[in-house]
Amino acid sequence: MALTGAEILIRCLQEEGVEYVFGYPGGAVLNLYDELFKQTRIKHVLVRHEQGAVHAADGYSRSSQKIGVAMVTSGPGVTNAVTGIATAYMDSVPMVIVTGQVPTSAIGQDAFQECDTVGITRPCVKHNFLVKDVANLALTVKKAFYLATTGRPGPVLVDIPKDVSQATAEWSYPKAVTMRSYNPVTRGHAGQIKKAVQLLLEAKRPMIYTGGGVVLNDAAESLTRLVRLLGYPCTSTLMGLGGFPGTDPQFTGMLGMHGTYESNMAMQHCDVLLAVGARFDDRVIGNPAHFYRADRKIIHIDIDPSSISKRVKVDVPIVGYVRDVLDEMVKLVESSPPRAGAAEVKAWWTEIKAWQAKDCLRYDHSKTVIKPQHVVEKLYEITGGDAFVTSDVGQHQMWVAQYYRFDKPRRWINSGGLGTMGFGLPAAMGVQLVNPGATVACVTGEASIQMCIQELSTCKQYHLPIKIVNLNNRYMGMVRQWQEFFYGNRYAESYMDALPDFVKLAEAYGHVGLKVERPGDVEGALREAFAQKERLVFLDFITDQTENVFPMVPGGKGLTEMILAEEL
Amino acid sequence: MRHILSILVENEAGALSRISGLFSARGYNIESLTVAPTEDPTMSRMTIVTSGSDDVIEQITKQLNKLVEVVKVVDLTDGDHIERELMLVKVRAAGKDRDEMKRLTDIFRGRILDVTDKSYTIELTGTGAKLDAFLQAIEPGVILETVRTGASGIGRGERILRI
Ligand SMILES: Cc1ncc(C[n+]2csc(CCOP(=O)(O)OP(=O)(O)O)c2C)c(N)n1
Repeated sequence: MALTGAEILIRCLQEEGVEYVFGYPGGAVLNLYDELFKQTRIKHVLVRHEQGAVHAADGYSRSSQKIGVAMVTSGPGVTNAVTGIATAYMDSVPMVIVTGQVPTSAIGQDAFQECDTVGITRPCVKHNFLVKDVANLALTVKKAFYLATTGRPGPVLVDIPKDVSQATAEWSYPKAVTMRSYNPVTRGHAGQIKKAVQLLLEAKRPMIYTGGGVVLNDAAESLTRLVRLLGYPCTSTLMGLGGFPGTDPQFTGMLGMHGTYESNMAMQHCDVLLAVGARFDDRVIGNPAHFYRADRKIIHIDIDPSSISKRVKVDVPIVGYVRDVLDEMVKLVESSPPRAGAAEVKAWWTEIKAWQAKDCLRYDHSKTVIKPQHVVEKLYEITGGDAFVTSDVGQHQMWVAQYYRFDKPRRWINSGGLGTMGFGLPAAMGVQLVNPGATVACVTGEASIQMCIQELSTCKQYHLPIKIVNLNNRYMGMVRQWQEFFYGNRYAESYMDALPDFVKLAEAYGHVGLKVERPGDVEGALREAFAQKERLVFLDFITDQTENVFPMVPGGKGLTEMILAEEL
Repeated sequence: MRHILSILVENEAGALSRISGLFSARGYNIESLTVAPTEDPTMSRMTIVTSGSDDVIEQITKQLNKLVEVVKVVDLTDGDHIERELMLVKVRAAGKDRDEMKRLTDIFRGRILDVTDKSYTIELTGTGAKLDAFLQAIEPGVILETVRTGASGIGRGERILRI
């Protein structure tokens, strides 16, 4: 049966079980939209800016085991989408982006709304395709889904010229696809796994450090089993939160630039470090030379060989899906004789408990001004620690990471790698759509929220009852904090002047707005908001203007060279 | 250290820019890059001469392998290998220079491909170092134009790169 390219694309998406397409129409995708219009299986979510479409598809992927799809038009549609694509790429989020392109005959002619989509997006996708012949379209879409979801996941883009979506070809959709040039190693090496377990069982000061790979590979259960079996301390990167229960006594809190004192100290002073689906990035281990100074053996499990020994040399590299490797390790540990040296591990725990006694996340409460940390703690309480929480980028993001103790994976949705302000609200839309009925909160700042504020309109159209928790300090807080610490209090362009009245703004979009100015009103306002199950509520918390995030490892410093709140 | 990487890559539009883009985005050196289809026209073979510490070369190899269109990567400098580069040089060949150029070309086992009464065009094949040596041996003033292909390489003996 001969179908048009547009029909083929929609059929392919249906075959892949796609429920939602997040997108925005335009000339080059009119054929595709026409086919979407003619069917009912795939629902389209019309965003208000293409960046929002990609972030929404991203949030959809991150908070589920499904795959988000975005569709945008050529030229400005694509360039608007690039921030979203780069965001997903940096955090290895599986996603498929379909873009329209000018007709093949017009490519290279500087045609209206032409841009070199494949060229512009090349450095920020796992792979991309320009489909020049409709006969290749179905196979290309199959490959796109396959590439996005296997190995180290990531966004894959398919660029379809307008004449290709019009031309016809026989319909057939392959069940599976293989590519001779793409064979990621997915099974960890048995010998290496054995060696790793051996090392772990002989450790005197062991530490387990986990990252986003655990969440992406749905390895949380396997990880939890292993960590509990070993009885060792466990920390997590920003991206890994929820991979191991945040309320578990073995969890020492997040590590890194704004990590806990105890996690950073234990990272530095351990003798055996197990890194799982994490990549030792600059925000996590600080200055690598300083990190090296301490002598420790490192085991590193990751699906991406290029993540191993990139920034830190490791002793036992294991390439493979982290979940399978962890399962293997669990089996080996279970069948090993009880470990010797238990007393040493106990002494190590005593040391860690002493670090914990510093209570590095303590902050001064206030009766007159709302402390942002307090809002997050109350949010945690009122949502029973069980909400999906998205965030933007800045201090508020760090406070959620520190004070909202995620017990489950895929609950904490934030842009860690690219650090994209504007991510939170559109991401929350994708989260809410794929988790209907779930509690979804977007914790944001008054600067970040304005970067994709237009999506309030999308939320209205699709009845998305997201709760926006705006920690409004009238500053680009994180920028102001750096200026305070490292630029002599010169607050260059970080004051947010001329802020809108967020309550009125929310109301103008048809939502509920609440302004909260007194600490005593925080809990009540949150309760009131979360009781409104059907409505989006915009909570504008007027918070302490000059609160800082502690602990802090200044850029370029060693992991243990932390600034603590009490020291200032 | 100098390394010669041999890469088998799908013969597809865009593969070359993915590879060169990787080098520029991550700040790796490219000394030379050559590429042409293999006996199997669906596949191209690329030779990249680069330099860096062992750690950097390891990362380059891993990053190349990560590209979806890259089929195989081998560091030829890991073992015995043959390296060849072709150079065409146009030199001034008048008066007493004329005999001298002919003699030098013979010593370096080059060939004169084109002759005018004032110039020679010389073809020379060898390792990069040999071509450098030739250019150093002649007076800089007589060189009118040079063009080099960049190195191609292949493993010695049973070292074979194919799928
Ligand atoms: C798109 C983008 N532009 C600039 C930055 C740099 N940046 C990081 S945090 C920040 C301030 C964020 O302010 P706000 O949203 O009010 O959050 P706060 O830090 O006050 O909690 C800025 C400008 C960024 N991360 N993303």
